[in-house]
Amino acid sequence: MGISVNHISKSYKNVKALQDISFEVKKGELFGLIGPDGAGKTTLFRILTTLLFADEGNATVAGYDVVVEYKSIRNSVGYMPGKFSLYQDLTIEENLEFFATIFGTTIEENYDLIKDIYVQIEPFKDRRAGKLSGGMKQKLALCCALIHKPKVLFLDEPTTGVDPVSRKEFWEMLKRLQEKGITILVSTPYMDEAALCDRIALIQDGKILEIDTPEAIVEHFPKQIYNVSANNMYQLILSLNDYEHNHSVYPFGEFVHYTDSRTDFNPEELKTFLETKDLSNIHIDKTVATIEDTFMELAK
Amino acid sequence: MKTILYIIQKEFKQIFRNKGMLPIIFVLPLLQLVILSNAATFEVKNIKFGYIDNDHTSTSRALVEQFNASTYFNVLTDFPSVALASSAMLKGEVDVVLDIPQYFERDLQKEKHHSLGVTINAIDGAAAGVENVYVTQIIQRFNQQLKVDLFQISDKQVHPISIETIPLFWYNETLNYKTFMVPGILVLLVTMITLFLSGMNIVREKEIGTLEQINVTPIKKSQFIIGKLFPFWVIGMGLLTIGLIIAKIIFDVPMLGSLPLMYLYTSIYILVVLGIGLFISNFTDTQQQAMFIAWFFTVIFILMSGLFTPIESMPEWAQILTEFNPIKYFVEVMRMVMLKGSGFMDILPQLLKTLLYAVIMNGLAVWSYKKTN
Repeated sequence: MGISVNHISKSYKNVKALQDISFEVKKGELFGLIGPDGAGKTTLFRILTTLLFADEGNATVAGYDVVVEYKSIRNSVGYMPGKFSLYQDLTIEENLEFFATIFGTTIEENYDLIKDIYVQIEPFKDRRAGKLSGGMKQKLALCCALIHKPKVLFLDEPTTGVDPVSRKEFWEMLKRLQEKGITILVSTPYMDEAALCDRIALIQDGKILEIDTPEAIVEHFPKQIYNVSANNMYQLILSLNDYEHNHSVYPFGEFVHYTDSRTDFNPEELKTFLETKDLSNIHIDKTVATIEDTFMELAK
Repeated sequence: MKTILYIIQKEFKQIFRNKGMLPIIFVLPLLQLVILSNAATFEVKNIKFGYIDNDHTSTSRALVEQFNASTYFNVLTDFPSVALASSAMLKGEVDVVLDIPQYFERDLQKEKHHSLGVTINAIDGAAAGVENVYVTQIIQRFNQQLKVDLFQISDKQVHPISIETIPLFWYNETLNYKTFMVPGILVLLVTMITLFLSGMNIVREKEIGTLEQINVTPIKKSQFIIGKLFPFWVIGMGLLTIGLIIAKIIFDVPMLGSLPLMYLYTSIYILVVLGIGLFISNFTDTQQQAMFIAWFFTVIFILMSGLFTPIESMPEWAQILTEFNPIKYFVEVMRMVMLKGSGFMDILPQLLKTLLYAVIMNGLAVWSYKKTN
């Protein structure tokens, strides 16, 4: 058993951070929590890592109840908070040794688990953690979260503020950890990272919108999406918003993702409309939905 | 146990790597001890003394000469009029003005008594009180001589009756203020450093987020707290040692009592301070908040400790409040053991109260730590 969450609710005074959340993560699964800032991701992490009590509902992690058996959970999970929270004035090696010691283990004992990651930062092992770059800090934090060979790994926005290359590397590391049988719950505001998870939960305003594999979530997208481009992006968005049959208009890189409210939509008709708005060089092509499109649609 | 040792090791590493804090912990307190002990004196010296001599006789000159001879007074000027003397006092040029009236000598001889006007600048009330005593002493001495000089021949039948007191200052024979200030200031340093450091320490972990990471680990709260606070206990004891050495070498403060007794008391006392520090850190989120609260308590504790002002002269409610002031007991014990050579049984009441305080404070601190974190 990986993680099981049953009807968890949590409020801070007037703000409902989590409302009746339920989901299950299978053992050895890489599960993503995808949602914007303030969706309640961190609150859920804090409940699952026994730092916070839920108002209602119950949850188990690695088969242990988060309230009753919190001590067992603390021995068997690794938690990497969103904010870098290691000792800045200790070196890489000292940080790692510290966390190994308080978990009652040694670096040597579980070295094989962190080896792939640790070799990348080992040349700097005598450098203080505060002086590391963002990517190296993440790697060190991951090593510290893994040093006691956890059954479940919680990663709260591990790639926020990390450069694209390091992000890619980081996800490759997660995949390798998953192969070693570790259940991983990861949260991220980046939709492109969602596709790398086994299953994802889309979460907003403390509610889960949908849970499925990334492929299935995309397939569930109800409409055909069109990539629209023209010579003037700003004018294009304004014009599309003015168009009476539009269903959704979202800028997406160099294109605008457009869906129509009618089932018998003819792109030529839209092209004609846009030409009347003084736009030229207009292209309208079919495209496949991404997780971001799905999220925007669900959050609408 | 291994975990605690490791945390202690880690704490010491962090303390010794903090280049900004190291001098604050070890150098500043000792500088303070050396400087404050010299500066915080209750003796009033170099009093700026002026006089208005309306008499201009040998008696009036002899009186002024008495002041001139005293080491406490710097005889400044002979003011021609009261108005000029007043304006000089307004400008702060003189602290004490003696007004010798006309016919001072003649009246003394004829009528056997006379009065003198003394004006004292009392902006600093404490200093004015001391100055008054000095002036009175000098005039009284002068008076005695007068009796001998002037009245011996004419009034043989009248025997001047005067009662003289000869004070003996026990435990500090020369009334050397350093002897009683140094132990007190040493107390302050040990208290301030351990309180500030312990108060800020756990908050710091909160601030940088490591506390959250620690809370997810299986480490026990008690292990964590002991591991975090023990280094400051050691630092406190270290400061006491260095302070005592300085007190002996530089100030030559007598140390009559037993050193182990002093260390025994201090070891319990620091527990109280660490408990207060932990308690503060539980209710604050930033080091800044912790610092200000610690500072607030320190100021109150210091001013109500009997270090600078005697507790006996405080109003009754304030005296009751001082019962809750750990610094008061520490100052008492240090002075008793160092200057008087008090033994274990003599300081037992203070020792027991401090022990009780330590138990209560640490109990509260651990209880609130569980509740808030």
